[in-house]
Amino acid sequence: MEGTTILNIHFTLNGVDTTLEAPADRRVVDILREDMGLTGVKECCGSGECGACTILVDGKARLSCLMLAAQLSKRNVTTIEGISTGNDLHPIQKSFVENGAVQCGFCTPGMVLSTVDLLTRNPAPSSEDIREGLSGNLCRCTGYQMIVEAVRTAAEKLRGDAS
Amino acid sequence: MNRNVFLPETLPELLELATHYPDAVLYAGGTDILVQLRAGTIAPPALICLERITALRFIREQKNHLVIGACTRLTDILESSPVAAHLPVLRKAVRVLGSPLIRHTATIGGNICTASPAGDSLPALTILEAVLELHTSEGARRSPLHEFILGPGRTARRPGEILTAIEIPKPAGFNIHHFEKVGQRSALAISIASFAALLHMSDSGVIEDARLAWGSVGPTIVTSKAAENALIGNRLNHDVLTHAAAIARAAVSPIDDIRASALYRRQVSGNLMLRLSDYRHPATTDTRHIL
Ligand SMILES: Cc1cc2nc3c(=O)[nH]c(=O)nc-3n(C[C@H](O)[C@H](O)[C@H](O)COP(=O)(O)OP(=O)(O)OC[C@H]3O[C@@H](n4cnc5c(N)ncnc54)[C@H](O)[C@@H]3O)c2cc1C
Ligand code: FES
Ligand code: FES
Repeated sequence: MEGTTILNIHFTLNGVDTTLEAPADRRVVDILREDMGLTGVKECCGSGECGACTILVDGKARLSCLMLAAQLSKRNVTTIEGISTGNDLHPIQKSFVENGAVQCGFCTPGMVLSTVDLLTRNPAPSSEDIREGLSGNLCRCTGYQMIVEAVRTAAEKLRGDAS
Repeated sequence: MNRNVFLPETLPELLELATHYPDAVLYAGGTDILVQLRAGTIAPPALICLERITALRFIREQKNHLVIGACTRLTDILESSPVAAHLPVLRKAVRVLGSPLIRHTATIGGNICTASPAGDSLPALTILEAVLELHTSEGARRSPLHEFILGPGRTARRPGEILTAIEIPKPAGFNIHHFEKVGQRSALAISIASFAALLHMSDSGVIEDARLAWGSVGPTIVTSKAAENALIGNRLNHDVLTHAAAIARAAVSPIDDIRASALYRRQVSGNLMLRLSDYRHPATTDTRHIL
């Protein structure tokens, strides 16, 4: 097949203009973890079922294991490394820490980024909304109760900050 | 490895690529195709990604129809007020498809073209009598959904053809829109059996019209005139539903697979009908079940 398969990709990564050479069909999760060293992006199932590889693309939660290099072009990508400012954790991260919603931590980056997406759409979610909103993110440790609580308190805090 | 991934931005560009590279595989959300690619069950020489073609992402309300662009994401369907107002049965089906992360990416056109017997939008689209708009660089054609889907993973899509839109008549008079699926867990579960129904119930509780469809219990979506006729003219009481459920069990043709046995699927196809008794009191239908 004609045409080069190595692309020159321009996109924004955690607020920084980025240019990258990569095979067009390299998975975004591999680019972020292996080429960019952003190991906060986790891979578990590699097939859309666990949410460990969640990133934000133009502000929306997306699965980086189901996205190819070419699709990064002109996008604004945020990983867990990009949501805090300096040493200050994002309010959602703080809430996860304070509520004991982190055990091994493997699901946490995905949970936090899915929470960003959920609270953007629905700033005052019910427990039911939270469970539904995070239903694509699996956790093997916490039993979810503390995660739901963390999201609920983060939502309260963010609503307070906004008003 | 190292195959090209094309990212066309307009329909003419896409049609040209599809003609030029007949062996390239199309993907929209990629939630089916990229899983297959990873698993090695497909190894296409190139991929054509549809995500940048904004002209294929829309929900347009017309007088008697809703027209949905093929690359419309399932999240957009859930958030659409014309869909909530006119197509609650579709909305209910999309709501239980995958997870929010899957729905942010997965498209309605992808769910149709994958032609999985378990495709959750398909029973609803079948009873809504959806018509597909298909384009090649040569021209356009239309096809009713049920003629397009031929079997598991098989469609009547021609080489180089793109599904561009789905035209759905506003279903007039049906005041009950029902969808339920049975899976192994509540989120991220592929259907073991699913059931969609449109019913017109009179003020006195008699069923005037019915359209029913089952998913995951045959090579394609199963419909049954006999089961519909068993409801029409009757109330949704225990005897009527039990009788209709027995007809449904005879109509389906399920298989055994890793998720469930054929026997279980046949049984549950009928049981799913019994849930219609929730709607037996006309007064409750408007507020509880239509929207
Ligand atoms: C974790 C997980 C959970 C899932 N859960 C469910 C579920 O509960 N219910 C369910 O029904 N499905 C489920 N799926 C399957 C999948 O998400 C859906 O079928 C989805 O709607 C596919 O859309 P897509 O845009 O991602 O398809 P893609 O993978 O992009 O494409 C699917 C097929 O359609 C073709 N295609 C796509 N768009 C067009 C077009 N415009 N014209 C011509 N051909 C086209 C592609 O070539 C391909 O053959 C799940 C998948 C995953 C990974
Ligand atoms: S690694 Fe992407 S969803 Fe599991
Ligand atoms: S904290 Fe271990 S997987 Fe969630």
